[in-house]
Amino acid sequence: MYDVVVIGAGVVGCAIARQLSRYKIRVAVLEAGSDVAMGASRANSAIVHAGYDCEPGTNMARVNVAGNALYDSWCRELSVPLKRCGSLVLAFDERDMEEVKRLYDKGIANGVPGMKILNRAEALEKQPGLADDVVGALWAETGAITCPYEMTIACAENAHANGVEFYFNFKAEKIITLKDAVEVEDDKNVLFRSRFVVNAAGLHSDDISHLMGDNSFTVSGRKGEYILLDRSVSDFVRTVVFQAPGPLGKGILVSPTVDNNAFVGPTAWNNSGKENSSVSQEGLDILKTAGRKSMPNVPVNRPITAFAGIRAVPSTGDFILGQSPFNPRLIQAAGISSPGLSSAPAIAEETVESLKKAGLSMQLRADFDPIRVKNKPFRLMTNEEREAAIAKDPRYGRIICRCETVTEAEIANAIERTLGVPTLDGIKRRTRAGMGRCQGGFCAPRVMELISKYAYIPMDKITKNGGESNLVVGRTRGEENK
Amino acid sequence: MIKTCDVAIIGGGPAGLAAALSARKAGAENVLILERDSFPGGILQQCIHNGFGLHYFGQELTGPEYAQRFIDEAENTDGIEILLDTMVIEVHGDKSIIAVSNKYGLVNVQAKAVVLAMGCRERTRGALSTPGTRPAGVYTAGCAQRLVNMEGLMPGKKIVILGSGDIGLIMARRMTWEGAKVQMVCEIMPFSSGLNRNIVQCLKDNDIPLYFNTTIVEIHGKERVTGVTVAEVDPKTRLPKMETARFVECDTLLLSVGLIPENELTTAAGIEMDRVTSGAKVDAARQTSVPGIFACGNVLHVHDLVDNVSQEAQIAGENAAKYALGTLPVADTVKVIPEGGVRYVVPQQLVKGEGNVALYFRVGSAYKPARLTVKCGDAELKTTKKQIMTPGEMEKVVIDLGKVTGDVTVKVEEA
Repeated sequence: MYDVVVIGAGVVGCAIARQLSRYKIRVAVLEAGSDVAMGASRANSAIVHAGYDCEPGTNMARVNVAGNALYDSWCRELSVPLKRCGSLVLAFDERDMEEVKRLYDKGIANGVPGMKILNRAEALEKQPGLADDVVGALWAETGAITCPYEMTIACAENAHANGVEFYFNFKAEKIITLKDAVEVEDDKNVLFRSRFVVNAAGLHSDDISHLMGDNSFTVSGRKGEYILLDRSVSDFVRTVVFQAPGPLGKGILVSPTVDNNAFVGPTAWNNSGKENSSVSQEGLDILKTAGRKSMPNVPVNRPITAFAGIRAVPSTGDFILGQSPFNPRLIQAAGISSPGLSSAPAIAEETVESLKKAGLSMQLRADFDPIRVKNKPFRLMTNEEREAAIAKDPRYGRIICRCETVTEAEIANAIERTLGVPTLDGIKRRTRAGMGRCQGGFCAPRVMELISKYAYIPMDKITKNGGESNLVVGRTRGEENK
Repeated sequence: MIKTCDVAIIGGGPAGLAAALSARKAGAENVLILERDSFPGGILQQCIHNGFGLHYFGQELTGPEYAQRFIDEAENTDGIEILLDTMVIEVHGDKSIIAVSNKYGLVNVQAKAVVLAMGCRERTRGALSTPGTRPAGVYTAGCAQRLVNMEGLMPGKKIVILGSGDIGLIMARRMTWEGAKVQMVCEIMPFSSGLNRNIVQCLKDNDIPLYFNTTIVEIHGKERVTGVTVAEVDPKTRLPKMETARFVECDTLLLSVGLIPENELTTAAGIEMDRVTSGAKVDAARQTSVPGIFACGNVLHVHDLVDNVSQEAQIAGENAAKYALGTLPVADTVKVIPEGGVRYVVPQQLVKGEGNVALYFRVGSAYKPARLTVKCGDAELKTTKKQIMTPGEMEKVVIDLGKVTGDVTVKVEEA
């Protein structure tokens, strides 16, 4: 019997799991995919929003501003990169300036610190290279960038180190609410019995809610496409550059990433479905145009890749949080679209309070360790540190990914840390091997060899991203009988 | 580990090996090759097909056989040392190098001259921004070649190939011989970027269709590739004509859409680059803008034939040795300027002097027939007519250096 099962191992589910691991309770995280961060958490804008955008009085506004403030301590404890680079909302005319002022007022109402309305010259000081028709901007100094999948992985690893169990490839199909417990069962008849269920199932959080008798909302997909730019041309942007929201939505942003690749995105295709994260030519064209609108010199002709993520948009227009009025054993963290990444730490804290209120006895553990240690990546070490690292573990001297300078030691470590089954993309997200400009052209076969070596998986069983995404289909004729 | 040497060579592929041998022959006392892989020979080790060495050795060899000739000679030559599993992470203008090795830790090298021979990498799907999903089964042709030829693994059974670069053509044949069905090769241009002999031997002999003016507009499949949408492009704008779009079922997409010299170390060292070749700008000695640093092979510009790489590397190695020994003359340079249909010329500069010098160049589109004119001011240094010139085949013209008094232009036009 578990005290809590969390359904969904995205950034929200994993942040909740981490927060729950502070208490003397038994917790399991159930994930339909083969790894953590398999949905919106692996493909989004990576921005910790300041919080001026949400309507005052909403769940979104509250947890966004609170979540933003928690990011420093969470990232420090979890060794997750965070850069308080600030954000700009550009105004291109007087109508936009009105919008900027409106955002400022909302920010004040939401309790966002460190905002300022800038004129053109001041905006250019924050970010050179803005378009000629930019007349002013909203500056928010608490706007930040992080790495969403690193955050998810770090929360999961820390939760796991503190006793939370993780189960992958578990697709909840049947949930039976008993008098004092809930039974969650998947398509393979694996069953978990728990006092409470936390619904952090992202795009499928409406399905989980429905299974537990709460039909108060639905979730639809909103696809967003991105163009990621080559690092060698990415130093043109140093802050997050939004556009004033117009009739066409929040606008497309140009932003740096914590790994120094700039990006342009996202598009916003409403009701795009929950499954198809394909990139369209139309989307790429929109991004190029919109990117140039903010920053005419954005080098959109130097992409290293394009990708899409699907945001889980709730029909209520707000995050669904807290104990369900329809099922007291269901605690919602559902319909988490943007600013979900920003809000995750605050949602985690509120979920604990909701569970307490729902009657779960929660006592703090004395032995909770908030620290998740991650060795410094080889590419960020000084040469002295590199020398020492190789002396300690010679596998640091074998560089597997040339573009991102990732060593065998780091890949072996990532394979060992993976809570689910290691995959090529999973190792990429944990080490950056394959994220550089050759996009795994050289290192993919080598990383596969290491997965095979350290996780004892035959080469033809190694997948790109779980499921049936096998990278090779068999052996060549001469090798078949070996 | 700290090492000193006359000539340090970055990369132990065909360019690095040939440069090392010629540097040693030209009098460099000790030559150090730094190779990131566990064996020398570079990408040739996965090129198990034949067709190498016809020009250089007058003999048809496989890639590993071609490489082995140089490896054997290098290993049997006193004064050449090869450090394997050693990847260079920094090169500086003072000819100091920092490398990383699992055996020796950080390797600090102080050389008198450096030869850059890091080779090239393949253009990726990301660089093309092909729309669609991101499933398993999308490989660059070279990556697939490594899986098949070195790991004995089949990337897929039903293949579509985008781009008619040589590796793609070679892999079309290789996959067919391994029992896969290669559905088609799509080439966005009206001509192939590969060698004609590969189109004949790899595609025609195996009944694999090659469609020109055709590209892939979408990749399908959630977990594994399930197919691609193929469409013709407008020959002028290169934009797809969506009314011609059709779905082609496949489980694998191989990309052979161009090679890019791997010049991260070069640019970090502050060496002047040629925007067209994506390699360093060099003079006839293959010396870059930083004195004492030379470049050759595919890191300098992408070659069609390894034979040409070996020849170029000999030039670089010999001159690197001369530089190390202090016998490389310093003189005024003139520019070599591409004109008309010529995309680029290597070398980009010439030092005035005596003797013949070979200029290597590529055209931007097909010329049939082509007239080549090399001029210095108003003086015509050379003019020839050729039946056909295509972007897929590197051209060569030899001029008399004695007649070079100023900047040289190399021009190709329709004859």
